Amino acid sequence: MNIRHAKTVLLGVLAVFLVLSLFASRINGYWLNNLYDIGIGIIMAVSLNLINGYTGQFSLGHAGFMAVGAYTAAVITNQFGELNVFAESGVFAVALFAGGLAAALAGLLVGVPTLRLRGDYLAIVTLGFGEIIRVILQNMDVVGGARGLSVMHGWTNLFWAFGLAAVTVYVIASLVNSTYGRGFIAVHDDEVAAEAMGINTTKYKVTAFVVGAFFAGVAGGLYAHSKQFLTPSGFGFMQSITFVVMVILGGMGNTIGVILAAILLTLLPEGLRLVSGIEHLPGIAAERPLNWIGETRMIIYSLLLIVLMLTRPQGLFRLKKSPLAKH
Amino acid sequence: MKIRHGQFLLVAAAAIWLAGCKPASDSGATGGDTIKVGEFASLTGSEASFGQSSHKGTQLAIDEINAAGGVLGKKIQLITEDNQSQAGQSATVVRKLISSDGVVAMLGEVASSRSLEAAPICQQSKIPMISPSSTNPKVTQVGDYIFRVCFLDSFQGGKVLSGFAHDTLKAKNVAVLKDVKSDYSVGLAKFFTEGFTASGGKVIAEQNYSSGDKDFSAQLTAIKAANPDAVFVPGYYTEVGLIALQARQLGLNVPLFGGDGWESPVLVSIGGQALDGDYFSTHFSPDDTSTNVQNFVKHFKDKYGETPDSMAALGYDSALILADAIKRAGGTDGQKVRDAIAATKNFQGISGVITIDENRNASKPAVVVTIKDSKIKFVETIAP
Amino acid sequence: MTEFLQQIINGLAFGSILALIALGYTMVYGILRFINFAHGDVFMLGAFAGFYLAPKIATLIPLPSILGGLAVLVASMVICAALGVLIERLAYRPLRRSPKLTVLITAIGVSLFLEYTGQFVFGAAPKKFPQILPVYPIAKIGGLSLNSNQVIVLGTTLLLLFVLRFIVLKTKMGMAMRAVSFNPEAAALMGVNTDIVISFTFALGSALAAAAGILWAVNYPAIDPLMGILPGLKAFVAAVLGGIGNLPGAALGGIIIGVIETLVSGYVSSTYRDAIAFAVLILILLIRPSGLLGKKEVEKV
Repeated sequence: MNIRHAKTVLLGVLAVFLVLSLFASRINGYWLNNLYDIGIGIIMAVSLNLINGYTGQFSLGHAGFMAVGAYTAAVITNQFGELNVFAESGVFAVALFAGGLAAALAGLLVGVPTLRLRGDYLAIVTLGFGEIIRVILQNMDVVGGARGLSVMHGWTNLFWAFGLAAVTVYVIASLVNSTYGRGFIAVHDDEVAAEAMGINTTKYKVTAFVVGAFFAGVAGGLYAHSKQFLTPSGFGFMQSITFVVMVILGGMGNTIGVILAAILLTLLPEGLRLVSGIEHLPGIAAERPLNWIGETRMIIYSLLLIVLMLTRPQGLFRLKKSPLAKH
Repeated sequence: MKIRHGQFLLVAAAAIWLAGCKPASDSGATGGDTIKVGEFASLTGSEASFGQSSHKGTQLAIDEINAAGGVLGKKIQLITEDNQSQAGQSATVVRKLISSDGVVAMLGEVASSRSLEAAPICQQSKIPMISPSSTNPKVTQVGDYIFRVCFLDSFQGGKVLSGFAHDTLKAKNVAVLKDVKSDYSVGLAKFFTEGFTASGGKVIAEQNYSSGDKDFSAQLTAIKAANPDAVFVPGYYTEVGLIALQARQLGLNVPLFGGDGWESPVLVSIGGQALDGDYFSTHFSPDDTSTNVQNFVKHFKDKYGETPDSMAALGYDSALILADAIKRAGGTDGQKVRDAIAATKNFQGISGVITIDENRNASKPAVVVTIKDSKIKFVETIAP
Repeated sequence: MTEFLQQIINGLAFGSILALIALGYTMVYGILRFINFAHGDVFMLGAFAGFYLAPKIATLIPLPSILGGLAVLVASMVICAALGVLIERLAYRPLRRSPKLTVLITAIGVSLFLEYTGQFVFGAAPKKFPQILPVYPIAKIGGLSLNSNQVIVLGTTLLLLFVLRFIVLKTKMGMAMRAVSFNPEAAALMGVNTDIVISFTFALGSALAAAAGILWAVNYPAIDPLMGILPGLKAFVAAVLGGIGNLPGAALGGIIIGVIETLVSGYVSSTYRDAIAFAVLILILLIRPSGLLGKKEVEKV
């Protein structure tokens, strides 16, 4: 990505979505919600890409960071949200940022102890951390525990969702493409060699976790103010896997690919839902002949995952050589 | 390469925009020759057994209504969406049912947390929603378009079960073993504890488990050491059967009792003799010899090859009440249907005689039953 | 005192099943350096195989009986061994040269596939596992409770531990397995048919998972398609605790996790029971990553 134009592109995207968000009422509520999910998915996937893709740390607990951000932002807006319209955006921004910070702290807590771990072990431990976060939230009565937390203000809109997605992409892409950022890739390729070259692998690994977690927390805040109801079980292992699949599908370390994968995977369940709901097919008498797709959706999803790994593990969207060309 | 990616993104965005640029469909559209009713349930995932049960009951009701000619001369088209037992999905599918499918009313859900997710959306779109078996009081508090056909946990825990424990079981010290992962269990435990302590009883031990657990020996051993008169287990049948088995194995022989989550043929098949002398409150008793209950059980068995549980019965009732309300409203206008549902009085449901009270909850008696020789026996009815 | 003893018994009973599952995990990891995420689901399939086979076997040998129970056990072990070989052939063999991550994701995909297909085929509601073994209460002294099913699990785990050690240390196939675990290419060069060895390893691991599934179902007779997720994860933690790749370590790890979980649950708080296994995992990886019985591996540059 060409950095010189990137700033202009960023501002352009922000402006476009600010305008679009004003016309949001024209859009079918269901599709609007899907668009928010896409924006949130992009942030989650790109932030995870920093940890998994660029730095090569296999994290299976990303949804945990999202949860921390979601609950933090929700608690803040529930407490301080009753203000006039102009201050609303301010409170929202503060809440999202606070959510990101809280998640970043969690990222620090996860990143430091896992420094010495590799591959499989790291995966399981991050999964464990994700589960621990979920269990803690489940037992915190002050945020509703298992009974859930209602979020009073549904402030997420196109501007916030896609604007923040654009900011995330900009920040992370800039980070990785800078000279400092080469360090991430060095850690990914060969940690021992990197250490030997004087690169502080600890700092990079922890930075990856903290930055990745921060943006996941922001995405969590957006999620909270879109669905308006949070339960700890919504941030479990299955959620983390979805984001991991986005990164793998897009091609680890391939930012554009990961964005496309996020869009595709967010729309895939809805697409399958649409297909399974088709009322009539020519030549078949039965109603909703493809209904079985709905019932077998998760089976299809897991098969797709296996087939993808067997046939094109480098990701669907990797077209040009990436800096991680070795893999 | 960059240009190709950029073009792809642009095309994708445009496609979504175009797909989305439909006018928000007006609720209450009576055009067409069917009445579209939406249902959202957990058909797959960790709570699939509950969602599938509820859906089967609902579908049976709709089929019977349509076979008898439908409502106001039109057939009801039940559009069911699966939320995969996952948080966040109920909101998505309910939005789809309202905005894309144009349903005039919503049926769902079993779990209070998923009902709470969908209720604000239905309320905002002025689509009447009837939950078959969400028992958390907060659900109907969301707004005046949200109803339920089951009793509340504040009634079930606070009055029925705590009263039963205190008056009938004559228990002074009770231990509570709740499912910390289930909002239903946590809520019911809280209301029971409040009611029981208010009437002079004491909760001397509290232990937790998570749905999906199979080994409860640690918790049960600790409870046994506290020497309670009875143990309150406000969980689901999926775990209660095993809890009963292990309790008896460990020599914990005091009565266990719980709520409507126990209700299922699977409970007795797993727990067997260990359940003898235990009690639970529920919505309907399969012992009920009234014709409509027996017909329901028979038709359910014919269609699905299994005995219905209380979620199926409530799913059935929610559909019946909705159809009845549409008939009384004379159309599918949201406001009129809502008012008709709110005016439901003494409706003869499978799960009891249902009257919708001013808080849009079902005022109906609970039934307490006991288990003996793997059979469920009626004990008493407790009215609100 | 009675309470404490009973809790210890509870922990041992629960832990010995975890130990049995962990044996399969650790063996596959030891030979192939690969966490088989789907192990917990093969465990589940073993239980379901037993569920469907039991009525058929009952027509030949009356149940519950020792012979009948054994027949069900062996039959489902055979079925799952075949299944394990099939999964390896289709999903893992093509990826032998691929990066670890790819195989891990594939394993997750297989696991999800088995779970959801199970829900579709068997139905999501729990089913009662039939009684295949006769039950005898063993200890009823001083208010303590222990029955034969629990003792059988412990006994089977120990028995299988010795059988496995025998296979790995004293047979030709075992030697081949050890060779492949040290260096697959070198082993191939020395004439070892790595394909056969790997298939055999998977077959053995899957058979162990099936045995664990049957014994689990005997003790906790409610089976459902998602039953393998949590036990599988806890067993993995047990394997790591004991030193992954180390057979006695896995058994030890399972027992320890079972006892810790039970004691914390009974005396401290049962709220966090699920998280205990993960907390143990994190602690052990921080303090002694090679596990209790494992040896320190020096990282070659």
